[in-house]
Amino acid sequence: MFASSAAPGQVYSVSDLNAYIRALLEGNENLMSIWVAGEVSNLARPVSGHIYFTLKDSAASLRCVIWRDQARRLSALLRDGMAVEAHGAVSVYEQGGQYQLYVDGVRVAGEGLLYQEFLRLKAALEEEGLFDEARKRPLPELPRTIGLVTSSTGAALQDMLNTLRARYPLARVVLSPAAVQGEAAPAQLVAALEALNRFVRPDVIIIGRGGGSLEDLWPFNDERVVRAVSASRAPVISGVGHETDFTLVDFAADVRAPTPTGAAVLAVPDRADLYELLGFRRLRLEQAISDLLADRRARLREFSHRLGAVSPAWQVRQGMQRLDDLSLRLYAGVRAFLRAEKARLASYTGRLASLDPGQVLRRGYALVQDQQGRQVGSLGQVKLGQHVRVSLKDGAFGADVTEIE
Amino acid sequence: MAKTPTPVESLSYEQALGELEIILNSLENETHDLQRTMELFERSRALISRCQELLDSAELRVSQLSANGEMTDLEGAD
Repeated sequence: MFASSAAPGQVYSVSDLNAYIRALLEGNENLMSIWVAGEVSNLARPVSGHIYFTLKDSAASLRCVIWRDQARRLSALLRDGMAVEAHGAVSVYEQGGQYQLYVDGVRVAGEGLLYQEFLRLKAALEEEGLFDEARKRPLPELPRTIGLVTSSTGAALQDMLNTLRARYPLARVVLSPAAVQGEAAPAQLVAALEALNRFVRPDVIIIGRGGGSLEDLWPFNDERVVRAVSASRAPVISGVGHETDFTLVDFAADVRAPTPTGAAVLAVPDRADLYELLGFRRLRLEQAISDLLADRRARLREFSHRLGAVSPAWQVRQGMQRLDDLSLRLYAGVRAFLRAEKARLASYTGRLASLDPGQVLRRGYALVQDQQGRQVGSLGQVKLGQHVRVSLKDGAFGADVTEIE
Repeated sequence: MAKTPTPVESLSYEQALGELEIILNSLENETHDLQRTMELFERSRALISRCQELLDSAELRVSQLSANGEMTDLEGAD
């Protein structure tokens, strides 16, 4: 439709025109891959994840877009007011009738040199062992004194104080102020760190500042500051810039936090957790005491049982039982003795009966006794004329011996 | 544990919590006579109350250090 000999007076739709211009720009080799230098402004990061901004210099401006896929990678490098070089292709946003730079790469203007220096210093200090994991010290659980090295006028200070106040107001905070950007910053940061370690000896130190341009954060890549952090007597938490900013101080610190607020969070426990901890301690105490008392009650029962066994009353009962036992055995013994005696008596009676002279008399014999009552059993015991007594079964009579044969 | 314990009112939070931990371990792992046990129990309760009170009433103290080591109160500096 856009023939070279377009008829005069021919009318096109806006869509057609924009599509035509877009095709023209996208077809131009010069615009397909181009670096543009300028200052970032109107930086917008909507939730879609795409980034929109304007590149401008003193005389002109250019709309720029970074699609989400690239945005994730490049976002950290972009701040309003930052001088950057953006790479991409020029095309048209047809709905808005605007040509734009579709950015796929960004570098900080002049970054080349700074970055080279950063890498060189990082490698050198790493080689020296300043960043070794083994050097990292644990943070105190309940810091009594917290040193802050930051600007006394920055928002970062208020962020940190608010966080510390909300989480752990038991701490004492000592601000050791220092400029956190500009020429004077490195020396002041070093002096502030050393003053804290010398005069205050805090349990932990937070060194930090809010977000800013790469240049703003540069003092935190200064070798003097990095060495002072690694030499600090107290463990150091760094909270410099935003989550995506990494400085050499972060590597030298014992713990790196993404932001100043994050550093304050890492420095102290949360009061809510401490209340909970106290609750647990109280439970432990009650448990321990109730266990101990239960144990004592059990031992008391055992003792009282054992005590009963040696009490006088029990011994009396024991004695009485033994007495009963003995007397039972005694009676049994006596009864057995009496039984045996009775049996023996009976046998004597039998034997006696067989010896009874009455028995003999009853069979018809006579018993002769002298005057003294002695039995006369042979002739030698009698003389002629002697009086004897003769017993028969039914009586007795006297007789005189008249003859001896 | 000292023979005459420091009054809890003069203990810091860390000191109170530290002593509490020691007593709890002792109650859980050692044997004491009954009177001592009750003393330790009362002491523990006082320590817990002390911690609670400190958490309830603490206010962040902020001061500023000068290069020559002088401290200036920054209370209410928010």
